[in-house]
Amino acid sequence: MNAPLDAPAARDVHTGSIEDSFETLAGEIDRSLKAGERYTVTLEAEDSDFVRMNRGRIRQPGFVAQRYLTLQLVRDGRHAKHTLTLTGRPSEDRARVRDALANLRAVLPELAEDPHLLLPDVVSSSRVNRGGPLPSAAEMVEEVLAAGEGLDLVGLLATGSVQRAFASSEGQRNWHSIASFNLQWSLYHRADKAVKSSYAGLAWDAGELRGRMSLAQDRLVLVSRRPRALTPGRYRAYLAPSALEEIAGLLAWGAFSGRALATRQSALSRMQESARLDPRVAMAEDFEAGVAPGFQSEGFARPARVPLIEGGALVGSLVSPRTAREFALTANGANAHESPEALVMNGGDLRANDALAALDTGLAVGNLWYLNYSDRNECRITGMTRFATFWVENGTIVAPIEVLRFDDTLFNLLGANLEAITAERELLLESNTYGGRQLTSATLPGVLVKQMNFTL
Amino acid sequence: MRDDRPQSGKRRAWDEKAFGDNRGLFETLGSRSAADPPYASPMSDSPIPDSNPCSLMPDCDFWSLRYVRETCETYEVRKNVQQPLRLSTDDGVMATAYCDGGYGYAATADTSVEGVRAALQRATEWARASAHRALVDSRELPRPAPQGEYASPAAELPLPTRREWFELLRHESSEATLDPRIVDCEASVQVLSSEQRLVTSGGGEVRQHFRYVYPSLGVTAHANGETQRRSLNGHRGICQQGGAEILARFGFVGAGKRIAEEALELLAAPNCPSGRMDVLLMPDQMILQIHESIGHPLELDRILGDERNFAGTSFVTVDMFGTYQYGSNLLNVTFDPTRREELASYAFDDDGTRAEKVWLIRDGILQRPLGGAISQQRARLSGVANSRANNWNRPPIDRMANLNLEPGDAAFHDMIAGVERGVLMETNSSWSIDDSRNKFQFGCERGRMIENGAIKHVVRNPNYRGISASFWRSLARVGNADTMRVLGTPYCGKGEPSQVIRVGHASPACVFAGVDVFGGAQ
Repeated sequence: MNAPLDAPAARDVHTGSIEDSFETLAGEIDRSLKAGERYTVTLEAEDSDFVRMNRGRIRQPGFVAQRYLTLQLVRDGRHAKHTLTLTGRPSEDRARVRDALANLRAVLPELAEDPHLLLPDVVSSSRVNRGGPLPSAAEMVEEVLAAGEGLDLVGLLATGSVQRAFASSEGQRNWHSIASFNLQWSLYHRADKAVKSSYAGLAWDAGELRGRMSLAQDRLVLVSRRPRALTPGRYRAYLAPSALEEIAGLLAWGAFSGRALATRQSALSRMQESARLDPRVAMAEDFEAGVAPGFQSEGFARPARVPLIEGGALVGSLVSPRTAREFALTANGANAHESPEALVMNGGDLRANDALAALDTGLAVGNLWYLNYSDRNECRITGMTRFATFWVENGTIVAPIEVLRFDDTLFNLLGANLEAITAERELLLESNTYGGRQLTSATLPGVLVKQMNFTL
Repeated sequence: MRDDRPQSGKRRAWDEKAFGDNRGLFETLGSRSAADPPYASPMSDSPIPDSNPCSLMPDCDFWSLRYVRETCETYEVRKNVQQPLRLSTDDGVMATAYCDGGYGYAATADTSVEGVRAALQRATEWARASAHRALVDSRELPRPAPQGEYASPAAELPLPTRREWFELLRHESSEATLDPRIVDCEASVQVLSSEQRLVTSGGGEVRQHFRYVYPSLGVTAHANGETQRRSLNGHRGICQQGGAEILARFGFVGAGKRIAEEALELLAAPNCPSGRMDVLLMPDQMILQIHESIGHPLELDRILGDERNFAGTSFVTVDMFGTYQYGSNLLNVTFDPTRREELASYAFDDDGTRAEKVWLIRDGILQRPLGGAISQQRARLSGVANSRANNWNRPPIDRMANLNLEPGDAAFHDMIAGVERGVLMETNSSWSIDDSRNKFQFGCERGRMIENGAIKHVVRNPNYRGISASFWRSLARVGNADTMRVLGTPYCGKGEPSQVIRVGHASPACVFAGVDVFGGAQ
């Protein structure tokens, strides 16, 4: 039987797995709870090697072990959260959780009752372990640099295990552990002329890596051609999945948020009235794609699929528990920011191999960059072309272009001016590591656009 | 999954990836107990361990340990409803080792002697394993042994109680909800305390204690299909070191009603006109302009190519320093870690280099890059003390800290009087720039037409675009010290692995001539 939180430990040394430690702490919180109190506790943990590369060599290699625990205490409609770091030493961690619990108990009477508090009334436990074993990061990076020998390679390898866990006083237990790698790299010709590639997944295959490196080298030859400086104007354009990912990423910034839609702050607010995208456009949050956990931080289970856009119309939104309570909506497993974690867009009928032929003459955009709204009311978006973006004539790549700024509305790009959607889609695992490695993804096709407005 | 962290990784920081409405990655932190508020922890009671570095002695050429302990409390009232209180405490240590010409790091939250020893061992292993492929020969790098301390101004003075904070925020929220067309409003304050201790194998030891306060007010108005947002100097644009005096400095009390009225005014305002005209940028837009089109292009690690796979490169090259005409001769830009209230003031950077004020651009001519000790060694250029990490779990890289545009001699009314046709723009709302930091497009919350030397009506959705390499040469008037504001952002994003860091920017109002201006879609 586990000791209560205030019992001394004989030896404070690392023992057992992270999952065992989390379960032990949750059990101890259970036993320390007083009448009328509820709690939730979440864990975000990772053991990651990060290897930063530049000019085909290693710039900064390192290792990060972090475990963030967030304890929420609820009593009489009042609640607060305390996030703290765990050390992996049982006695110290027990003391920190004990302090946090005592602190929250002291704080709650100072707070107002929360009219928007919503906790799950159904216990839904789960346990997922995926991925691994992986080679060591040192072995991986050797293979990367060997495959890119002699090239101006710059990028990041992030590898290791990531955990998300949840426990509550109602007995719910969720565990989600992924062992994965995410390699993002660019091969440079000169200045801003480069090809960006990625290789991410749960099982490392050196042959697959070499294949992707070889494809990148082929593209680098095209990027090395004399660049074409285009005048601003309207051009036909093919946006590869990695370019569309930037647009999806901007939309993730509140456009699907139930709260933002309810308060008319969403960039898709026009779609609450008469605005529509092309009828072939369909998007959903689909937790069967990607690597996101099937539960969110308040412990709500996620439905397998949340339709967002169907037939070009807005049919749903991402609703967090707070938003559900505030606006009398139904919570659907969204996180507090109501941003998608596993966005998917349906494919169309254009074969990806036929995309350049269908483009005929125009821009093949490999990557977009630094998008933002120039008029959020109209979902008007500005951003830059980046990396492998080419001028195409008669279905054949002619030259890379000097970077261009676009400024156009989503209702043009995926509406009136949408010509075709590729049948093939790519699963793009999030590579950003702000605060920690992410478990979000987007599954996207490429799109052919009759005209796209470039301004600078 | 921690709900105060962005989940998608797609929320935007000021740079390539930013965080819009976010609570920021690092609103982490909180108080250890109700009786031990985060803002009252003097350095003498530092929980950062005093372990004897000699007892750790890893087998390497040089090592350092950087302890960080941050606490934070976030108070927020949204549409008159108190939001859940969020506290956090974040402790850890970053170990760095130089070995056989290699470099490695390891970060752990286990700050016991055993935990730190294990981290140093892991850092040493990475240094050895990577030495034969190292980009930088660590045997050529400086081995700092700094000594010193730093504390934020007023760091020990008490702050309002939780009840007082919530009451203040509730009052502003209530004042802002003055009309049914106000569909949302948020009033919040974050209070953060950060204690840092850097120890190096050569006997160096630096202790720095920071206290940050971020007050924020934002209001959204909606009517007839149009939504407009107004804020007090942008989302967390008010972010300084110090205490409650920061709120008074920016007129926080009473601002809720004012910005709500301005949001309503924007609903009825015409769109900003299009055309080439003068713009008068107020400090809460100037800071973004400085940040994106001077700060990032001058980062030496970008110039050296480290960021090319992510944040991007720079149109600035190493041969430009000392000769390149970056802007008109009115342009004077400094790296100034000595302005006490500014967000990124400190005595030493995270590599242990002593920080001092340096001119980066003087009379329009580019002088120095933003590069710390390692980048300086690589580029054989003089730089500044800007090697910084955002937390214990990330390694230092070249960052902006306090990057300021020095005041000129123009009085505000003279700047207005000198504009025949133009737009006064305030408070950034949109930002986008290419990966070389050249072609930009920025938008503001609020514009006011200037015609024949006088301010006229309000316009909505004011935007402008330009190219860094030529834009600063159109700098026509620089406001005097009376027009200066000390602002910043806690959300400057960069790095692999990614880091969101605090930067300060102080700027006067400025006039730029002949800028490409435009408005919204309708």
